[in-house]
Amino acid sequence: MSEAVLDSGATEAQGTQGLVDDWSRDKQVFGVPWGKAMMWIFLLSDTFIFSCFLVGYMMVRISTTDPWPVPSEVFALTLFGTSIPLVLIAIMTFILITSSGTMALAVNMGYRKDRKKTFWLMVATAALGASFVGMQAFEWTKLISEGVRPWGNPFGAAQFGSSFFMITGFHGLHVSAGVIYLLVIAFRVKNGFYEKHGGNYEIVEITGLYWHFVDLVWVFIFAFFYLW
Amino acid sequence: MSYVAYADRDHEQEHHDPDTFITKYIWSQDHKVIAIQYGLTAIFVGLIALGLSAMMRLQLGFPDDFAFINPENYYQFITMHGMIMVIYLLTALFLGGFGNYLIPLMCGSRDMVFPFMNMLSYWVYLLSVIILIASFFVPGGSTGAGWTLYPPQAISPGTPGIDLGILMMLASLAVFIVAFTMGGLNYVTTVLQARCKGMTLMRLPLSVWGIFIATILGLLAFPALLVSAIMMLFDKTLHTSFFMPAISSMGIDPGYTGGSPILFQHLFWFFGHPEVYIVALPAFGIVSDLISTHARKNIFGYRMMVWAIIMIGGLSFIVWAHHMYVSGMNPYFGFFFATTTLIIAVPTAIKVYNWVLTLWEGNIHLRVPMLFSIGFIFTFIHGGLTGLFLGNVTIDLPLSDTYFVVAHFHMVMGVSPVLVVFGAIYHWWPKITGRMYNETLGKWHFWMTFLGTYAIYLPMHYLGFAGVPRRYFAMGNTDFLPDSAQDLNAAITMSALFVAATQILFFVNMIWSLKKGPKSDPNPWDATTLEWQTPDHPPKHGNWGHHLPEVHRWAYDYSVPGYKDDFIPQNVPADAAPAGREHDGDQ
Ligand code: HEM
Ligand SMILES: [Cu+2]
Repeated sequence: MSEAVLDSGATEAQGTQGLVDDWSRDKQVFGVPWGKAMMWIFLLSDTFIFSCFLVGYMMVRISTTDPWPVPSEVFALTLFGTSIPLVLIAIMTFILITSSGTMALAVNMGYRKDRKKTFWLMVATAALGASFVGMQAFEWTKLISEGVRPWGNPFGAAQFGSSFFMITGFHGLHVSAGVIYLLVIAFRVKNGFYEKHGGNYEIVEITGLYWHFVDLVWVFIFAFFYLW
Repeated sequence: MSYVAYADRDHEQEHHDPDTFITKYIWSQDHKVIAIQYGLTAIFVGLIALGLSAMMRLQLGFPDDFAFINPENYYQFITMHGMIMVIYLLTALFLGGFGNYLIPLMCGSRDMVFPFMNMLSYWVYLLSVIILIASFFVPGGSTGAGWTLYPPQAISPGTPGIDLGILMMLASLAVFIVAFTMGGLNYVTTVLQARCKGMTLMRLPLSVWGIFIATILGLLAFPALLVSAIMMLFDKTLHTSFFMPAISSMGIDPGYTGGSPILFQHLFWFFGHPEVYIVALPAFGIVSDLISTHARKNIFGYRMMVWAIIMIGGLSFIVWAHHMYVSGMNPYFGFFFATTTLIIAVPTAIKVYNWVLTLWEGNIHLRVPMLFSIGFIFTFIHGGLTGLFLGNVTIDLPLSDTYFVVAHFHMVMGVSPVLVVFGAIYHWWPKITGRMYNETLGKWHFWMTFLGTYAIYLPMHYLGFAGVPRRYFAMGNTDFLPDSAQDLNAAITMSALFVAATQILFFVNMIWSLKKGPKSDPNPWDATTLEWQTPDHPPKHGNWGHHLPEVHRWAYDYSVPGYKDDFIPQNVPADAAPAGREHDGDQ
């Protein structure tokens, strides 16, 4: 943390007092840029949004009187004549996790000020994200063609479709927003925008925070919606 | 971590002032202008809500005398009154208004960390207000579901405004939440990351602490409201059944199945209870500063006050179901939530004791802001005590949904914060405008408002005990109520109209002051906090001229023995004046 400039040159306190002193020292609490601190706080708030969605989904799943459709059957794809449960979701999850990997590399390249590699890694991340959204669109189309609607479906409780479209839709919007965000920053990196502003590539990491968060949220949706 | 703090880099930044009228006052990114925009808009909608309450009181006091108020209108008035007061007035005014104005000035920053986003926050807030007001004029009118918007009735036939009204209400809330998030992220980040040299968190004025923690509560509580708004929008438009059980509504099966209305209540109150503290905590903080300044004494138990704010903030997330004792939830929940509810009264009581102890043997100047602060202590104790009644399940069951609850929450989150709002406006008015208001008129305003609101809400406790239900258009022939209940109602209405009318004094005073008021001193109250030490008065864009201030002491060095003045501003160096607080350096 930054050096404290305090008048009485006091000695460092120990224990809880020391902890409080550390957190409350002057100028700033965290030794990070404003944008990064703000992104953390935003993600905390967003966590509450997704938690409310997931808790709401669990509550209606418990309260509904109709049987809940079996996810492994509804989300199965018939490939080469055999029905494989959850195969599309497995691929989608794999893609999203891979994109977190490319994002992490981009952050690293950003700090090394390798603008070209940063750019390409961010574009790759965005492309993986876009393909995730594409597959989600495919999944939505398939379910809709099978008669699943927000207000009802042939497999069981109506809340299945409601929660599915609402939660994956909200997450899909996050991924789509992330793709746009990634591309904007990637092109700014490429154009040398940040060279003009002090050559600081912290923004790549801030974008990465958002991206990893969206990825992490997906893991929870995957666990609670598809595996339960 | 080697990131260099803003305060240490200030000389590297260039500051350029906006020069056209539009960039200065309309599309302004200056936190002070945004604060005033937020404040004026909030007060404007607040006046609409005040007008609505006057109409409700007319109906209750003199049933059937006013033909233009029918049951449908009445429900719409209640709903819009409550929603506007809680969210669009108080939340916006405390956080968007006072938060914006005070945080950068009190922390010693030049502005919020992301001024552009801060500006957007205001314009999006204005959009939410426009949607809200437009909903009065759509076919079917605004929603009449009550400010809690409980389903199934909020979207079932029989309730007014179940078409566009409720949709626009939900949309407006969602837009408001976006606006709040943009502003709130700014406030929190500014407090955490953009303070000046020497300004430790434990030296911050309590106003900033209250606003800071309230904003965090908002960032964590509004998500629940957003989610419930989205789910209800879907229930309404897409016919999903998140909240809607299989019901028959007026003989027709609307086709919902298996939803959970209790889920809505949980989500709503997970937002709703922290919301009451979003309104209360800034008031707590501001009133602490007003009391300390006008009593010329340091605030009693500063650290305790900070920890109490933090504890109340934390606890406010685990008490929400005390609003649902009558909902039919699991009785063990009731036990749990009654316990947590009563625990939250402890830090709250600590704060009250500390305010009173600050006044104790203080050099009290009964100026207008101080009068409002003392008024707040009265009304808040009053409302807090009735809260203890309602927090106990067995006492709440008969009192729930009666006028006792109305009295409770109006004392505690209606009157109390509004008194602080007035006190705060009077206190910071000279800083904001550079002019003084008329003291006598202000005192009249205080006494009439304070006594008038007591005349409104004190009798409501009796009505509640007598069993007068809340949210009824008219009582009709109710055997268990004596006729005198109606007389009381008429008296309450008279007081309410009186209080509403006296607010004119406030506006007259302020307009007079803007036009003819005497120029004020840069520091008319001899206050210690940074906003009174700015080089320009009123502060200009960038707040501090060429150099950021440096802070050397806490915010409450009043009447320190052995010093020539009875106050030592926070930026007076340590060797130029004694420290009024032991061990100030190491906290
Ligand atoms: C000692 C502290 C408090 C306790 C124990 C307490 C307890 C309660 C309880 C149990 C209720 C539910 C009554 C019912 O509906 O049957 C209630 C309602 C309410 N309280 Fe409090 N309260 C306290 C402080 C506050 C504060 C500080 C505020 C606001 C600043 C507040 C605002 C409200 C509001 C707005 C409602 C009514 C909501 C509605 O149903 O529309 N309370 N309180
Ligand atoms: Cu509550």
